[in-house]
Amino acid sequence: MEEKKRQRELEKQRIQELLAQYRGVWVFIEAKGSKVEPVSLELLGAGRTLADKLGVELAGILIGDQVEGLAPTLFAYGADLVYVVDAPIYHHYRTEPFMKAFLHVAEKYKPEIVLFGATTNGKDLASAVATDLKTGLTADTTILDINVEERLLEASRPAFGGNIMATILCKTNRPQMATVRPKVMKALEPDYSRQGRIIREEVDVKEEEIHTKIIDIILESNKKANLEEADIIVAGGKGLGDEKGFQLVHQLAEVLGAGVGATRDVVEAGWISHPHQIGQTGITVTPKIYIAIGISGAVQHIVGMQNSGMIIAINKDPNAPIFDVATYGIVGDAFEIVPKLIEELKTRLYGVVQHA
Amino acid sequence: MHILVCVKQVPDTKNAKLDPVTHTLDRRSTTAITNPDDTHAVEEAVRLKKRYGGTVSVLTMGPPQAVATMRHCVQLGADRGFMISDRAFAGADTLATSYALSQAIEKIAREYEPIDLVITGKMTIDGDTGQVGPGIARRLDIPPLTGILKVEEIDVEKKKIRVHRKIEGGYEILESTLPALITVDKSINKVSRASLPNMIRAARYQPVIWSVNDLEGIDRNQLGLKGSPTVVGRIFPPPKPTGGKKLEGPVENQVKELTEILLQRPEWIKKRA
Ligand SMILES: Cc1cc2nc3c(=O)[nH]c(=O)nc-3n(C[C@H](O)[C@H](O)[C@H](O)COP(=O)(O)OP(=O)(O)OC[C@H]3O[C@@H](n4cnc5c(N)ncnc54)[C@H](O)[C@@H]3O)c2cc1C
Ligand SMILES: Cc1cc2nc3c(=O)[nH]c(=O)nc-3n(C[C@H](O)[C@H](O)[C@H](O)COP(=O)(O)OP(=O)(O)OC[C@H]3O[C@@H](n4cnc5c(N)ncnc54)[C@H](O)[C@@H]3O)c2cc1C
Repeated sequence: MEEKKRQRELEKQRIQELLAQYRGVWVFIEAKGSKVEPVSLELLGAGRTLADKLGVELAGILIGDQVEGLAPTLFAYGADLVYVVDAPIYHHYRTEPFMKAFLHVAEKYKPEIVLFGATTNGKDLASAVATDLKTGLTADTTILDINVEERLLEASRPAFGGNIMATILCKTNRPQMATVRPKVMKALEPDYSRQGRIIREEVDVKEEEIHTKIIDIILESNKKANLEEADIIVAGGKGLGDEKGFQLVHQLAEVLGAGVGATRDVVEAGWISHPHQIGQTGITVTPKIYIAIGISGAVQHIVGMQNSGMIIAINKDPNAPIFDVATYGIVGDAFEIVPKLIEELKTRLYGVVQHA
Repeated sequence: MHILVCVKQVPDTKNAKLDPVTHTLDRRSTTAITNPDDTHAVEEAVRLKKRYGGTVSVLTMGPPQAVATMRHCVQLGADRGFMISDRAFAGADTLATSYALSQAIEKIAREYEPIDLVITGKMTIDGDTGQVGPGIARRLDIPPLTGILKVEEIDVEKKKIRVHRKIEGGYEILESTLPALITVDKSINKVSRASLPNMIRAARYQPVIWSVNDLEGIDRNQLGLKGSPTVVGRIFPPPKPTGGKKLEGPVENQVKELTEILLQRPEWIKKRA
């Protein structure tokens, strides 16, 4: 018995000593051309809080082709230092070379926490490197916290279709890794007087060793609903009855010069295409104003729009959950209210004379 | 060509009910289904077999009732099914899951025929991480190609594959050597109806079932709960945001009030020319 207890103590001590070798908070920086992806700046904001609480430095890890010039931006948004792996082989994102570069730097400098944006490439890279580092990776985190005593990252994520939240911990391995949804964390106000250190790393990767080649990149900007950039979004739900009823949303959006959003039920009914779907299985948006018409407010929809600046809900059911998140609510029939609203706005904005 | 597809049996979260007290899934309220993305993965494998010839194997890790998912895959046109089923696998996170699956894949490649292409779904509707596919690829040391929208071409002789991979705002055309692993997006195909012969075959189909003892040389420390660095610390209901103000009075007044609110910041409104 005594022997077993002693061994357990020793094992615990061994793990503690191992974990103590890892220090610092890192954010994987995604950059497209000369622009840093917004999610990376948001994660620097979140990472800053974690690093301050732990009393360690916040680093960005930047892999790409001629990307070193982005370092000042990363300092402005909160990084203390930036690891840069800069070479033509990283011109486009590919798993293998990025993974090799990341592993090289992570194994050398041993961060205790690494955050990645839950984007196509962020998730791809995080999943690959976590496997090689034999550590835990929390997916699609929406809440980050830290247990300072145990230096334990508490990453919470929606589960079972958003019905519950689960806090995932990684107690015995390092680094603690998480992918984090875009638009749920807040970037800091940039301060361009902030300075930092740049640490350049050379990694030995040769093109011949890489199994993949990018033949072409096809961007379909016209297919995108461009809701990410809209200041105002007018979104409609099943409460509008049919495709014809849904035209009300388009009309109001037209008057306000707004983007058009929809619930999944509306997309599945075919009233509008998938790029307009907002929510867990659609896109996340953060406009200044979000107007929800005939939308019940299911959690899967709410997660995609709850961080909007102002939420206005129009629904005939006073108990609809959408009112729990709305800044202003109107209980009533959309077919009565919205046409009146359109007329009122037209008069005020365009001076159109109201019909009798 | 030998294509291996990983499929998972999942609770149908669409109809899932949650225990209002514990906030955990009430398993009795749910039916088990084949993970939706995985049915597209099987469909794609069967289509590629039609184009290039070969065999489609499917593999699952799960409890004994996952046999139903193996049969479903045979209905969809898979040639044979493999299951790894053992208490030792229970409680696995994605690191332990990808380890166990990759060990089974290596055994299949050794004892049946070498594998040219592994296909997994992009993500499941229960764990919903999308981490298992890339994890398996790393374990097997083959390139992971994630979020594939289309397989353009396979050159069986030269062992090359050309795919369309989804990226933000479009897609990229990617070429890779084989063997490789692709994870597929639902939009890659429409799942065909099961043919009568496949349905008949599926009804009696028995997959090969392996326990942990059948996987020679496997490291038990990397399996199940023991091999999982992540643990679920706590489960709680999503934070409930607090609502604001409901506008009152006659509709006309409400509309006027709302108009004022919307016009507070005219610069947000993009007026038509
Ligand atoms: C795994 C999973 C993922 C999902 N992902 C998403 C997602 O990404 N996005 C998403 O939106 N949903 C998603 N859903 C679906 C979600 O659960 C809801 O089913 C959906 O959001 C409901 O859409 P709705 O509000 O349009 O319709 P309903 O829930 O049918 O609500 C219609 C509302 O309109 C009101 N109404 C009716 N008539 C009028 C009228 N004349 N005037 C005013 N109000 C009226 C009603 O009171 C009601 O509140 C997902 C579900 C699951 C299980
Ligand atoms: C509430 C909750 C939260 C969780 N969060 C995390 C987390 O953040 N990080 C983490 O590492 N684990 C997490 N897990 C554990 C994770 O769900 C399991 O590891 C699960 O077995 C595999 O992950 P997945 O379902 O997300 O698969 P995904 O990676 O989403 O699946 C992708 C594809 O891999 C294949 N595949 C996956 N599982 C199997 C299988 N058993 N058999 C055959 N093929 C399969 C399928 O083709 C599937 O389409 C969580 C579990 C719960 C209950």
